[in-house]
Amino acid sequence: MALDSPEGGAAGIIVSAAPSDLSPEGRQPAAIGPWQLALRRLRRNYVTLFFLALLVILVLMCLLAPVYSAHIAGVGPNTNNITGTVSVNGTQQNIVSLSGVPIGPTWGAHYLLGADTNGRDLAVRLLYGGRTSLLIGAVATAVIMILGTLVGLLAGYFRGVVDFILRPLMELIWSFPVVILGVALGTALALGGIGPVKGNSLFIPAFIIGVVYVPYLGKPIRGEVLRLREQDFIDAARVQGMGPWRIMFSEILPNVSTTIIVFLPLILANSILLEAYLSFLGAGVQAPNASWGTLISDGLTYIQTTPTYSLIPGAMLVLTVLSVNVVGDGVRDALDPRAQVRVRN
Amino acid sequence: MTGFITRRLASAVLLLFATSVVVFGIFEVIPSYNPARAIAGRAATAATVAEISQKFGFDKPVWIQYGNTMKLIFTGQIIDYQDNLNVVSQFVHRFSVTLSLVVPAAIIWMAVAILLGSISALRAGGWLDRGLMVAAITGVSIPVFLLAAALLYLFAFRLPWFPNTGYTPFGTDPAQWAYHLVLPWLSIAVLSIGFYSRVLRSNALDVINQDFVRTARAKGLTERQVFTRHVLRNALMPIVTLFGLDFATLLGGAALVTETVFNLPGIGQYEATAIGQLDVPPIMVGAMFTAFFVVLFSALSDVVYALLDPRIRITG
Repeated sequence: MALDSPEGGAAGIIVSAAPSDLSPEGRQPAAIGPWQLALRRLRRNYVTLFFLALLVILVLMCLLAPVYSAHIAGVGPNTNNITGTVSVNGTQQNIVSLSGVPIGPTWGAHYLLGADTNGRDLAVRLLYGGRTSLLIGAVATAVIMILGTLVGLLAGYFRGVVDFILRPLMELIWSFPVVILGVALGTALALGGIGPVKGNSLFIPAFIIGVVYVPYLGKPIRGEVLRLREQDFIDAARVQGMGPWRIMFSEILPNVSTTIIVFLPLILANSILLEAYLSFLGAGVQAPNASWGTLISDGLTYIQTTPTYSLIPGAMLVLTVLSVNVVGDGVRDALDPRAQVRVRN
Repeated sequence: MTGFITRRLASAVLLLFATSVVVFGIFEVIPSYNPARAIAGRAATAATVAEISQKFGFDKPVWIQYGNTMKLIFTGQIIDYQDNLNVVSQFVHRFSVTLSLVVPAAIIWMAVAILLGSISALRAGGWLDRGLMVAAITGVSIPVFLLAAALLYLFAFRLPWFPNTGYTPFGTDPAQWAYHLVLPWLSIAVLSIGFYSRVLRSNALDVINQDFVRTARAKGLTERQVFTRHVLRNALMPIVTLFGLDFATLLGGAALVTETVFNLPGIGQYEATAIGQLDVPPIMVGAMFTAFFVVLFSALSDVVYALLDPRIRITG
């Protein structure tokens, strides 16, 4: 994973005298800084811009779920309606038939995509489920970013005992199959929750995904830090009397920021995917909440008669993850055209 | 070589131990999880729960419970809480189904990826090359179970070309065996093909400009010989490592969901059911089983790596 930091890459040529002065707000001479250069490359990449727009639309759709629920569908995501009826082409039909089969898509304002066995509006659940999936993905990504960076910085900078404790931990999580670890944690925590957090809280899957993916950021950051700490500008900082924490956060952190940014979309995409995996297996989002993963799983029973039940949440999931991946690729190309990174599932 | 094998074995044993401790620990430190209650069912009285707790040894200290569980696993006597089935014999019994699923799927995915990757390296910038780039990024954005569900709908229900579920053992009828497994194989293989061929392509393009390739051409080898003997051989090496890890995690990931969607009676389905019922022993055995294969395949890929590249000699 040869990720060049701006310090060692093209940026070094432009401001070689002051490598620590690379932050966007840093004083730059007339030459263009690496961030502006990246932005300029990004603005010419129309595929990336298209998928960025798609991502924004998808996120907005999910964020506007309460509006759809209140003003169009007229029911909440967890409103049961087993005995109710809905008018389709002028005739009243049972939302859930007497034998327990839910109605398929009506393609009208009410029950646009049909209902589930509890008579809940699937279109409303699709949007609320999307909120759940995105929220878990975002929280998990934040956890990974913070923990991964911290672990990488500490292990890489202090080495010795700290590294001796943190590295085997990361190796253990790394060699553990992601889905199995997530599932074991998910099933155990879903049952009773942990402390004040209830078993069906959304923060449980978010936390689990965060823990599972920490090494994917922690390991490369650690490697970068190990390399950086031997360089002259760190020695200079040490001679100036900077403490280890100050060196880590004001000297090293800006130099690993490209790595963090390159990994961010990748980790977000994989967090959303892992949430779907866990929810599909029943170890992620718990009832009555929905996520795209639980909807796909619930819909499998009706895949023959109502394929939209599974496949529309599936399509939303894939479009979201795909947009994040394409945008991530574009950002990566803009920052460092040579890099190749990937997170294992 | 002996030192290498010893080190590998030691790390394998250590990893398996750590895996079992982690999985056991996860279920043990969760305060509200009471396996005795899970076995007894919802309507059990306190006396029944206490009785079961004593019978299974849940009232003992954690480390003794751990020791007992490990002893039961390695003597093959551990039973699941839900149906009182022997977990180890279930795994042995179901393993052939899972192998029937993942091995041909892996062969399809590697064969197609090597073929497409080679062609796109030879015609870099062509339509196949660009198509594979799209396939690669799409492939890593689709979860296996979703593709499985879509294939099931399209080619088993909408167009009734393939059976929707079920499994026929290879020994009973090889044709039926393959017929039932085509869709599951595709669900697993298709998503990885794009990514793998892209990796192969970029490796091949790195190699193709190196001096030894020019030397091979200069000494009069045909383009075909240059490509298969020198370029491809070198380009395959990073793939081998990648494949080792991915194949091992198939057992613990893709197999779980694919067997669930297609109702194949393999270990994945057994584990998935156990997850739904919070049945610890199968989850634990499954985790250790998968971790074992992760270790095994990462060791194997090191060996294959050394065989492919004479420059690498395993030291130690």
